[in-house]
Amino acid sequence: MSFIVNLAYFAAAVLFIIGLKQMASPVTARRGIIWAGWGMVIATVVTFLHPEVIGFVNYLLIIAGIGIGGGLAWYTGKRVPMTDMPQMIALYNGMGGGAAAGIGIVALMGSYTMNWTIQFIAVAGVIIGSVAFSGSLIAYGKLQGLIKKSLRFDMQQKINLGVLGATVLLGIIIGFSGAEVNGTLLFLFVLLALAFGVLMTIPIGGADMPVVISLYNALTGLAVGLKGLVLDNAALMIAGIVVGAAGTLLTQLMAKAMNRPLTNVLFSSFGETPSGEQEEVSGSMKEIEASDAGVMMAFANKVIIVPGYGMAVAQAQHKIWELTQLLQERDVQVKFAIHPVAGRMPGHMNVLLAEAGVPYDIIYDLDEINNEFKTADVAVVIGANDVVNPVARSNPESPIYGMPILNADEAHNVIVIKRGKGAGFSGVENHLFYADNTRMLYGDGQKVAGELIASIKEMG
Amino acid sequence: MIEGFVALYIFMLAAFTGYEVISKVPVILHTPLMSGSNFVHGIVLVGTMVALGQAETGLQQLIGFVAVILAAGNAVGGYVVTERMLEMFKSSKGAK
Repeated sequence: MSFIVNLAYFAAAVLFIIGLKQMASPVTARRGIIWAGWGMVIATVVTFLHPEVIGFVNYLLIIAGIGIGGGLAWYTGKRVPMTDMPQMIALYNGMGGGAAAGIGIVALMGSYTMNWTIQFIAVAGVIIGSVAFSGSLIAYGKLQGLIKKSLRFDMQQKINLGVLGATVLLGIIIGFSGAEVNGTLLFLFVLLALAFGVLMTIPIGGADMPVVISLYNALTGLAVGLKGLVLDNAALMIAGIVVGAAGTLLTQLMAKAMNRPLTNVLFSSFGETPSGEQEEVSGSMKEIEASDAGVMMAFANKVIIVPGYGMAVAQAQHKIWELTQLLQERDVQVKFAIHPVAGRMPGHMNVLLAEAGVPYDIIYDLDEINNEFKTADVAVVIGANDVVNPVARSNPESPIYGMPILNADEAHNVIVIKRGKGAGFSGVENHLFYADNTRMLYGDGQKVAGELIASIKEMG
Repeated sequence: MIEGFVALYIFMLAAFTGYEVISKVPVILHTPLMSGSNFVHGIVLVGTMVALGQAETGLQQLIGFVAVILAAGNAVGGYVVTERMLEMFKSSKGAK
C-alpha cells in the first residue's frame, strides 16, 4: 500500500511542476492549472489509503472537513468578482498557512518521540504557518475594506521584535521538550506567533499589499515544505519548497518593480507620511471635453492606453475594450501598456482586461512599450497615477524617485481620465498632469469611456 | 524515513526548480501564477489528512479537523479562482 501511495505522490509532484511550467505561457496556462489540479486529486484520493491514517472517526472527520472547506471555497471562488481577486487569494493562502500550522501543532501534541531536528522543524513550521495565516487574514481585511486604518504606534518596531523574540524563545523551549510538550506553553506559543503576523501586517498600507500577499504565499509554501519533513512526505516537501522559492522570486520582482527593497515595504510607513521636499509644480491642469478627446483619438495613428487600478474600481474595462474595437475599425493602432505594479497585484490589470475580452497580444509590459510612447499620437491614462509620474525620473528628492515608470509624457498628446484632483497612493503630486501636452478628462472612468465611445460613433 | 541529507537535496533541487519555473513568466501571468502557486501549496491537505488520521485525543482531532477544512479551502479555492482567470486569456489571432 505504501508503494502505491508514494508512487501517487511522486506523480502529483511531477504534475505540479509541469503544471506550473505550463502556466508560464498564456497559450498553455489553462492546461497547466488543469494538470496541477489532477495532481491534487490523485494525491488526495490516495491519501485515504495512507497506512498512517487510522480510525473510523478520523476518516469521517477527514471527509467532512474536505466537504465543508472545499464546498465553501468552491462557492466563494466561483462568485468572487475579478477586481476582488487579490484579497481572495490572500484568504485562501492564509487558510493554507493555518493548515500547515495545524499539522505542526498536532504533531507536537503527539505522544511519540520525534528526532530533535524534526521537532525544531515542526516548531519553525508552526511559526511560519501561523504568521502567514494571521497576516493573510489582515491583508484580506485591508483589501476588502474591513480594516480601513493602517495602525501605527510608538515603539511599534520594538514591540514587534519583542513579540517575535518571545515566540522564538518559547519555540526553542518546546523544541527541547521532547515528547513531553507542555500544553499551556504550546498554546501560548501559537498565540504569540499569530499575534506577530497581525502586528507585522497591520501597519502596511494598501499599495504595498501585493508584495505582502506574495511574501505570505512564499511563507506558506515554506511552512508546507517543512511539514513535509515532519510527516516524512515528499509530495509536501517538493510542492511546498517549489512554491516557497517561486513565491520568493515573485516577491522580489514585485518589490523591484516598485523600486523599494522588501525591508522598506515591511518596516516603513510609505504612503501615509509623505517625505522629502516636494518640488513646486509649474503650469496648470488643462481640462478637455470627452467629445474633443474622442476626436483626438479617432484621428490618431497610434493610441497607447495606460490602465491603473482606478479603471478597475470604476469597472471601466469593458467600455475601454469597446472603445478599443471602435478605434481599431478606424485603423487606429491601439496598444495597452501595463506597469508591473498596476492594480493590486502584478498582472492584476491583465486579468481584468482579459475578463473584458482584450486579447493578450495587444497588451505590453513596461520594457516592451516604453520606447513606443515617442511615436504615439495619444496616450490615454485611465485610473493610473504614480506609475506615469515623471518625477520618478527627474527629482531625486521624491519618495518615488527611481521607480521605473511608463513614459506616457513622451507621447504627442496625453489624456488623463481621472476621478478627482487628488494625488496617487504615494501622496506625490504628478507633474504629468501639469504638462503642456496633457489634457485632463475628469469623471468616473466608466462614464467617461461611454462618452468617448458616443463621440466617436457620432463621427460615423 | 527520508534521511537528513536526502531531504536537504530534495529541498535544494525543489528550490531551484521553483525559481527556474517562474523566472521566465511574463508579467501578464503574474497574478494567475501567484494564484496557481497558492493552489499548489494546497497539497498541505494531504498533510492535514495524515495528521488528523493519526490524531489520538479529542483536542488533536479538533485541531486536525480545522486544519483539514482550511487546507481543503486552500486547494479548492486556489484551483477555482486560478482556472477562472486563465480561462479568460485569449489571443486576438482567434485561437480560442
